[in-house]
Amino acid sequence: MRSLIDKCCDECKHSKETPCSDYVICRLEGPICHSDQVCAARRRELLVRAVPQPGFGWRKVLVCGGLTCGSAGAFGLLHVFRGEMERQGLGEEVSVALSGCMGFCEQGPIVIIEPDKTFYRRVTAEDVADIVSTHLKDNQLVDRLLYRDPQTDAVCPTYSEIPFYRSQMKIVLEHCGFINPEDIGDYIAAGGYRALTKALTGMSPEEVLSEVKKSGLRGRGGAGFPTGRKWETARKATGKQRYVICNADEGDPGAFMDRAVLEGNPHSVLEGMLLCAYTVGSSEGYIYVRAEYPLAVQRLRIAIEQAERCGLLGENILNCGLDFNLHINEGAGAFVCGESTALMASIEGNRGVPRIKVPRSTEKGLYRQPTVLNNVETFANIPKIITNGGEWYASIGTERSKGTKIFALSGKVRNTGLVEVPMGISLRKLIFDIGGGIKGGRQFKALQIGGPSGGSLPEDMLELAIDYESLTGAGAMMGSGSIVVMDEDNCMVNMARYFLNFTERESCGKCTPCREGTTRMLETLERISRGEGSLGDIPFLEYLGGVIKTTSFCGLGTSAPNPVLTTMSYFRSEYLRHINDKRCPAGECVALRQFVIVTEKCTGCGACSFVCPAKAITGKKKKPYRIDQDGCIKCARCYEVCKPKAILRR
Amino acid sequence: MINTREITVQEGSTILQAARKAGIYIPTLCEDPELTPWGGCRLCIVEVRGAKNLPASCITPVRQGMVVETESPAVRHARRTLIELLLANHPEDCLACERTGECVLQDMAYHYGVRRTSFAGKRRSYEIENGNPFIVRDMNKCIICGLCVRVCSEIAGLSIIDFTNRGFNTKITPAMDLPLEKSDCVFCGNCVAVCPVGALAEKPIWGQGRRWEVKKVRTVCPYCGTGCSFDLNVKENRVIGVSSTTEAAVNGRWLCVKGRFGFGFIHHRERLQMPLIRSPYLFSKVTWDRAIDVAVGKFKAIKSKYGPEAIGILASARCTNEENYLLNKFARAVIGTNNIDHCARL
Repeated sequence: MRSLIDKCCDECKHSKETPCSDYVICRLEGPICHSDQVCAARRRELLVRAVPQPGFGWRKVLVCGGLTCGSAGAFGLLHVFRGEMERQGLGEEVSVALSGCMGFCEQGPIVIIEPDKTFYRRVTAEDVADIVSTHLKDNQLVDRLLYRDPQTDAVCPTYSEIPFYRSQMKIVLEHCGFINPEDIGDYIAAGGYRALTKALTGMSPEEVLSEVKKSGLRGRGGAGFPTGRKWETARKATGKQRYVICNADEGDPGAFMDRAVLEGNPHSVLEGMLLCAYTVGSSEGYIYVRAEYPLAVQRLRIAIEQAERCGLLGENILNCGLDFNLHINEGAGAFVCGESTALMASIEGNRGVPRIKVPRSTEKGLYRQPTVLNNVETFANIPKIITNGGEWYASIGTERSKGTKIFALSGKVRNTGLVEVPMGISLRKLIFDIGGGIKGGRQFKALQIGGPSGGSLPEDMLELAIDYESLTGAGAMMGSGSIVVMDEDNCMVNMARYFLNFTERESCGKCTPCREGTTRMLETLERISRGEGSLGDIPFLEYLGGVIKTTSFCGLGTSAPNPVLTTMSYFRSEYLRHINDKRCPAGECVALRQFVIVTEKCTGCGACSFVCPAKAITGKKKKPYRIDQDGCIKCARCYEVCKPKAILRR
Repeated sequence: MINTREITVQEGSTILQAARKAGIYIPTLCEDPELTPWGGCRLCIVEVRGAKNLPASCITPVRQGMVVETESPAVRHARRTLIELLLANHPEDCLACERTGECVLQDMAYHYGVRRTSFAGKRRSYEIENGNPFIVRDMNKCIICGLCVRVCSEIAGLSIIDFTNRGFNTKITPAMDLPLEKSDCVFCGNCVAVCPVGALAEKPIWGQGRRWEVKKVRTVCPYCGTGCSFDLNVKENRVIGVSSTTEAAVNGRWLCVKGRFGFGFIHHRERLQMPLIRSPYLFSKVTWDRAIDVAVGKFKAIKSKYGPEAIGILASARCTNEENYLLNKFARAVIGTNNIDHCARL
């Protein structure tokens, strides 16, 4: 028996062919199908090895296997650790595993050592030998790799002491980063599939539904439809087959929470889908995951294969009569396929275009059969709700938005990464307390919440308590929960142009306003950012944006003008500067910026002249240089290299 | 309630159906009662009291007590904008366009007083596809309503054309953007029949006459026994084209390539207009009386020498029912043989 899911001995009868409702309990508290002290001891040992507890002597090195840490070198660290531990003669009591995303991407690659949860940051291959010898052998901390609070300069040796994590409330991400996503045993050891066991053995589908309804959980994909109500409609609808679909076609720029959950804890999604299948009476499920997430696809395949091997997917699951087969469907790169009906059309093999929503998908969805479609994060919440009860979940959050929400912080915020916070937290707390404020001590300007469908909110909206209604009221939306933070160097016109450029390209072309209208809006914004705008462009954008919002077919079109409309209402002066003064105050619009050398500050080092690709900077060494404005291509290379900051961007 | 009028319709009807039943005009581009609803053009938007947006009436079912306005200021404003958006990406070619006078987009611009688009910017630019003898495709004029796509899949059952690319670059093409003649297209031309604008046109009629210049003459297709009917478009006593009509009892608007495009024989210079008799080697023109006399003489000769069973008659599907009936009588009663068959009896 090498893993928790293996047979302990020949007495064990657990196999896919002989399903048993005690399967999960037997792994955790067993064996209960037979009594054998050796088997029981071995099981306990495997449990603490998977999820180490203090006082047992087992330790585990967790290398963050999220994509950010991975691309910063974490994938290679695993082998370096193994090699080094062997070289230094460490025994079986220390294991190494790749985990899912730990969330604090800014500090990656991250290594956590269990059970103390010692947190090492920016770990490179050269640091490994030190960690192994100092920490694992001598039980000393490697100081230089520990995180320091930039405000107080205090050392935070463990995970829970770091301010970034302290203010979070991890429900969906609880195990993400602490278990091996490629081993179902880790998930079971951490309490996984207990909710499924509880539901299948002790609850009727109605009871599961009532817990979900009681929890007040709303769809985490963006629109916030009450999950319980969706399930109930599908349950009542008639059809030959019911389908459960997980929408993992995460496409918003700046959103990566679904990827983190799939890569870090895929079984939590599987368990949520199983609970949904049990509730609505479905036997077929699909996970529609974007092909641009190869690691998530790979880990999902492993998870499904392992769950099937354990009899947690397939026929007669846990001997409770539930059949559920799960298929993976890889997207083909269209943003609009995140729209539920377009997604179903795509699974059917048709062009990914939104379909008519009457009747609703819950009645006639995939293959015209009743279908429940929920987002990754929504499904990952379900096992926790079943384990702890709907009332527990409903006690978190605000009046109308319950539970926690994962946000992906990116942009100019100091602590970029994934954060999970209770609904109702203020934007200020999210950006400044957890996010650590703005990078480089710059001034906060705005945040774009909800991706290209969301809106930009200025500083005086920071006290807004985050929930579905408050954000929509402010002209933004929850969306998937991506937050892009902008500082004074970001131009809001350029930002609106960027997001509109995205939706314009991703419009499917079905309906007139979105297909033709977004193009005309984008052309106008491009004119403004080139300094060719006119005062009439502002009311023009407002009126065209209004028509697109009210007449488009699907959510992509009805929300596409949001970034433009919100920036125009909150940052109108910036538009006016572009139009009237032909100036970009933030200096981001290439056509409008100008670089000049302040003669008094110039030391005549010549660095700017050296890097200028257009050879537009001339001068003599030790004398002030000057920029030929006609030759300047406004690339900003000189601005970046100037040490005495003698180059002005305006 | 539509425009303050109370209307009662069957449950499950759409707002558009209810309005049409009450004789209230709602403009549409992508809707066709014989095809599945699509909801893409958004011109049929209406204002529904309590709704956040302006829903498309062609896909929104009615509810008890629903209050709908089809021409409220918001609706008119949005509709005008949509027409302008379509025109901004449509050649200003009405003067020379084949569809002028019968173009839905043109009618709509007229109805809502849109003289020209207020949007400037890029336009599509595709080559006009003119390589086959039947259909001219000018995809610059296409408004992406998708009617042709639905006709091809739902009526013709062929799915030759579909949407390709996305967003602004969406284009309706056969697979791999091949020209029609290189695809499996059978040129039934039903896509042309539903095209609301000048993106698809019948090649034979191209440049031959304005819609209001032609006289429409209802006739039955001469090609097969199905009995489709359609209108011959006659200008100055010449048939220049065929247009199908919803009034056709057998086939409605749907025709095949022969019916829609196979009228060239009518004015063909090689068309037989007089009977010909072959005297040993050459054909010579004769009068009908002379031709019938010769035929009667030969039939009699064969019948008297070999008996009536020596004569067999093959009827043609291109004859009308009445003609075939007469042929049957002729075979059995006049000649006295049961040797009669028909080419459509496959």
